[in-house]
Amino acid sequence: MGAAPTILEPTEETQHVTEHATRDLLRLATAGSVDDGKSTLIGRLLYDTKSVLADQLSAVEAATLARGGGEVDLALLTDGLRAEREQGITIDVAYRYFSTATRAFVLADTPGHVQYTRNMVTGASTAELAIVLVDARKGVLEQTRRHATITALLRVPHVVLAVNKMDLVDFDEATFRAIADEFTAYALSLGIPDVTAVPLSALTGDNVVDRSTRTSWYDGPTLLEHLESVPVGRDALSEPFRFPVQVVIRPRTAEHPDYRGYAGRVASGVVSVGDEVTVLPSGKRSTVVGIDTFDGPLTEAHAPQSVTLRLADDVDVARGDVLVPTASTVEVGSDLEGTVCWLAEKRSVLGARLLVRVGTRTVRALLREVNARLDVDTLTVEAWDGVDTLHAVDATDTSSDIPPRALTLNAIGRVKIRLAEPIVLDEYATHRRTGGFLLVDPADGTTLAAGMIGATLLDRLAPTPSAQDDDDWFAGAGI
Amino acid sequence: MTGSTTTLTQLDALESEGIHVMREVAGEFERPVLLFSGGKDSIVMLHLARKAFWPAPVPFALMHVDTGHNFPEVIEYRDRVVAEHNLRLVVASVQDAIDDGRVAERADGSRNPLQTVPLLDGITANRFDAVFGGGRRDEEKARAKERVFSLRDEFGQWDPRRQRPELWDLYNGRHKPGEHVRVFPLSNWTELDVWRYIEREQIELPAIYYSHQREVFLRDGMWLAPGGWGGPRANETLEVRTVRYRTVGDMSCTGAVESTAATIPEVIAEVGASRLTERGATRADDRASEAAMEDRKREGYF
Repeated sequence: MGAAPTILEPTEETQHVTEHATRDLLRLATAGSVDDGKSTLIGRLLYDTKSVLADQLSAVEAATLARGGGEVDLALLTDGLRAEREQGITIDVAYRYFSTATRAFVLADTPGHVQYTRNMVTGASTAELAIVLVDARKGVLEQTRRHATITALLRVPHVVLAVNKMDLVDFDEATFRAIADEFTAYALSLGIPDVTAVPLSALTGDNVVDRSTRTSWYDGPTLLEHLESVPVGRDALSEPFRFPVQVVIRPRTAEHPDYRGYAGRVASGVVSVGDEVTVLPSGKRSTVVGIDTFDGPLTEAHAPQSVTLRLADDVDVARGDVLVPTASTVEVGSDLEGTVCWLAEKRSVLGARLLVRVGTRTVRALLREVNARLDVDTLTVEAWDGVDTLHAVDATDTSSDIPPRALTLNAIGRVKIRLAEPIVLDEYATHRRTGGFLLVDPADGTTLAAGMIGATLLDRLAPTPSAQDDDDWFAGAGI
Repeated sequence: MTGSTTTLTQLDALESEGIHVMREVAGEFERPVLLFSGGKDSIVMLHLARKAFWPAPVPFALMHVDTGHNFPEVIEYRDRVVAEHNLRLVVASVQDAIDDGRVAERADGSRNPLQTVPLLDGITANRFDAVFGGGRRDEEKARAKERVFSLRDEFGQWDPRRQRPELWDLYNGRHKPGEHVRVFPLSNWTELDVWRYIEREQIELPAIYYSHQREVFLRDGMWLAPGGWGGPRANETLEVRTVRYRTVGDMSCTGAVESTAATIPEVIAEVGASRLTERGATRADDRASEAAMEDRKREGYF
């Protein structure tokens, strides 16, 4: 900086420009408890990628001293709210940012025990990769299986098993192999398509960013090398074109008196000028004649680009509609079956009036049935037929016992919902970007549950003949 | 021009996400407003808003919480941008709130903590139901858990236990009358991302972001500029330094950093090599306590 450079070499500035021109973005989630060293691992990733700045580090040093000193505790880098600092627990999903020359990372740091289901489901919903942490001394525990189960339920396409605390087992290969084999077999049984196991120590940094000199028997990638090499966004691109309309753009200005465009983000797939599209749920057909952006027109747009589409015909299109390829079969209906994770303190009530939010559409709905529940402790599914009448008592009556088949906070269950109007029913198993929904309480707007349309892992685990066959519900994950 | 079939770059992905968030707000709320300080984050938000609704004009107003201790360059920039893009500007004035007795001037002269009351009064008076803020999760630890749609009660307060889980890209903006939702389209951006985007898009910023000569004095390790707000005191001496600002705020507590970075690439190089986060370096109000930001968020600060 300052005086003009006399030597023509790449400067810091030109290097930054080059980096930002090609760098992509991976969203990932971590699962594990404090005891597994999750906070230390995240602190290590931030620290070793130089994503921690001096004042943050000195604040952590001060906090370490205040707690009684010792070595700087990297775990403190990721401790957020005062309440959890005081209690020494993590109570909510926190987002962390770090980057390398080729890739930026948005990491959803999900708590390990308290409300782990709700938080893990939240973190996993947007993740393309999940890191499941185990302590090398303890191996695969029940909670490891739970984390894998939720990862599979949400269809996170890539899973990393981080076998942590290898320094405490003398970097023993056999210990690592046994854990990796057991976990990989379990993950495969859940339909997780891609598992990579890495032996590491978050505390000492071995195989996190820098390659360990103490695991000569391991020729796989370090954790960061793997995070840098996983393909990004492939599943969204491989799924069929979906375009939930967010707003209708009608400038009515002197310059654009008759412009009418449909603004939204390509949820999945690709669209090109000239493509025949159908507006759902109305079923009206038209042709894409323009793909507009502030920076100029495109001939083609792909997930997850935000664009504005113009159609050939003056068809009725509004927020909540979905544009799909005309030459494809898309299910539209008003009976929704799927799996939900209950997110609210208020329990489920049969017959309750709800709002269902899918894509950009919100419709009134009725909870008709809860007919199975996944026990995340035992990883078994309890299923029953028909409507449980006991369940339909007043939700505000907290004095009475919770009906045994109601869904309470952190429960995962199978539901049937009747919708007031038809919507696009994309199965989550093949449409991860459009097959998710929310259940919202119309009274106060609380998000009651997050759901996945159609058959999910729960059906695969359920003890019913139809769900026992080997249909590959995970087929859409790809790569 | 053709589309690309490869993965979006990080900046394209962040831009697309920000545009998506803004369109969700336009689709779900009656009266959104964009908080506009003339700082770089609010300028990037406005840029995203222009992209999100093009060729239609930005469909919401801007609101500036005016502490009365403004950098003249920033006010000039604000007024020029508002005129250029034919926007509607609402000013929530700290001075008016002091004159009305709604807030009292502090002994230290800092008006940053006084912004909360005029901000909330401005939201109430205009019945704004969605308020875009430029907050980023990387700025401060208390913000790492902030939602993109952050629900505030009728007192503008933020309760970490009432925040809704956000899954996929399904943002739930439902709220009761009197409540509003703060919306942060730049949640997943870092300071460096903001600068790289400013560079790529060639976005103009107020001149104080770039190196210039200015009369300043040293207080509590920060270079402050003199002005109507009260500085310097008798024991503080003015001197001319080559400085720039990393954030735009109230003059009484926004410090300059010594810098020769006069262009965007030079600023990016400087930020990339920086040893201090922007808030730690230049905002006196964040240094009061480790949990300072969390306290102010509970009060309804940005």
